[in-house]
Amino acid sequence: MIVALIGVIALVSVNALFLIWMERKVAAHIQLRPGPMEVGFHGALQTVADAIKLIGKELITPEEVDRPIYLLAPIVIFLPVLVLFLVIPFAPNLIIRDLNVGILLIFAFSSLTVLSILMAGWSSNNKYSVFGAIRSIAQNIAYEIPLLITAMSIILMVGSFKLSAIVAAQDKVWFVVIQPLAFLLYIICATAETNRAPFDIPEAESELVAGFHTEYSGMRFGLFFLAEYTNMFVVSAVATVLFLGGWRGWILPPVVWFLIKVYAIIFLIMWFRWTFPRLRFDQLISFAWKVLIPLAFVNLLVTALAIKLF
Amino acid sequence: MKFMMDLFSAEGMATLSFLGVVGLTFIGALIAVGARNIFHNVLGLALALFGVAGLFVYLNSPFVAMMEILIYVGAICIAICFAIMLSEPLYLPKPPRKPIKLLGAGLASGLIFAMLGLLMKKTTWVAAPERSTDWSITTLGHFLLTKYALIFEVISLVLLVAMLGAIVTARDGRGET
Repeated sequence: MIVALIGVIALVSVNALFLIWMERKVAAHIQLRPGPMEVGFHGALQTVADAIKLIGKELITPEEVDRPIYLLAPIVIFLPVLVLFLVIPFAPNLIIRDLNVGILLIFAFSSLTVLSILMAGWSSNNKYSVFGAIRSIAQNIAYEIPLLITAMSIILMVGSFKLSAIVAAQDKVWFVVIQPLAFLLYIICATAETNRAPFDIPEAESELVAGFHTEYSGMRFGLFFLAEYTNMFVVSAVATVLFLGGWRGWILPPVVWFLIKVYAIIFLIMWFRWTFPRLRFDQLISFAWKVLIPLAFVNLLVTALAIKLF
Repeated sequence: MKFMMDLFSAEGMATLSFLGVVGLTFIGALIAVGARNIFHNVLGLALALFGVAGLFVYLNSPFVAMMEILIYVGAICIAICFAIMLSEPLYLPKPPRKPIKLLGAGLASGLIFAMLGLLMKKTTWVAAPERSTDWSITTLGHFLLTKYALIFEVISLVLLVAMLGAIVTARDGRGET
């Protein structure tokens, strides 16, 4: 158990360092510039340098904040994310606990992120932070519903919440072939749930300074970033398990296949950021309630019908 | 030394985690009731419900525990946060608590506590290994759609009423638009 915990923490840190570098590189190359090049090979050590700088920075606590909540928020946002790794199947035998309620655990604990974003935004005693937090709740409530319903249509086909069973059910075809609409809905909702562009209104830089984490500095700010990138990894891992056959692949070992698929989805999400402009808030909410949720329900009904008929 | 050994046995750990979870629930409940800041109340409630989810894990029903977190902590508490927008501005001095209200609340919760306690005393409890009924997710699902279908539907009616109430409360004071 302790080995697993150390492994997860190592994975989380390395993953975040890698993703920040990847994000900057992807952004740079999409904008036809080289991005970080100085520290290490093609800037590979840039985020390590940044992280050391971040750890060394002073932790500033503004005067009027709601102290206990302000201090707790970065921790509360990061802890549930660690729990999520409990059930992710990296390879046939590389899974910490293959729980019966695996996918439920992931959805349950990732819903706590919103609460901690609210804690951060509200306790900062800054109107931009509160705006960011309130937007984040409205957005997360709206997008969690279609996310759960699309995942439900996969669970209906498999008949189990167990992640390893979902992977096992895809030994012939990946579910992305059978459920292309569900995959599309899932990717859209996952992008929104992780507050990524074009759904990044909780921290819209051009309107809200930095949204809910405006008042955080140093490693507290770093924890928010760590949680965000880890969340991105988790939603991509869940997408891989639900739609892309998990660790299935040829020749290469399963864990390599799993990581290739996860990072491919992460690349897709990063690609979105530099392709679509940020949505306006009302557009974002009405898109969720008027388009995504009805589509998700139709998808679920059709799936249920198809299972009964064939 | 004996005490330490007991603590690290399986039973000792179980008791310890049980006490921890119960403590968490109580602390959360106290904050939810006692704090004067509506946001602290919500967070306390979330903590208490999290503790309850821990109790379900302790009772070996992880499914109910996950639903507890997903629905109560993840959805209800966050929905309550919207109430902050309807509440008084937080920088205003808080009105003192009316003793009559405190008395009423104490009486109501005391009554419920007494009734639940009586019920617990009267019920004959069966230890988990001796229970014959299967309480898996499948059975729960079947029960919800057969034996308890009416209760299930009535609960959704309660939700509808709550939603209507929320709309009425939110509309009030916005004026004619």
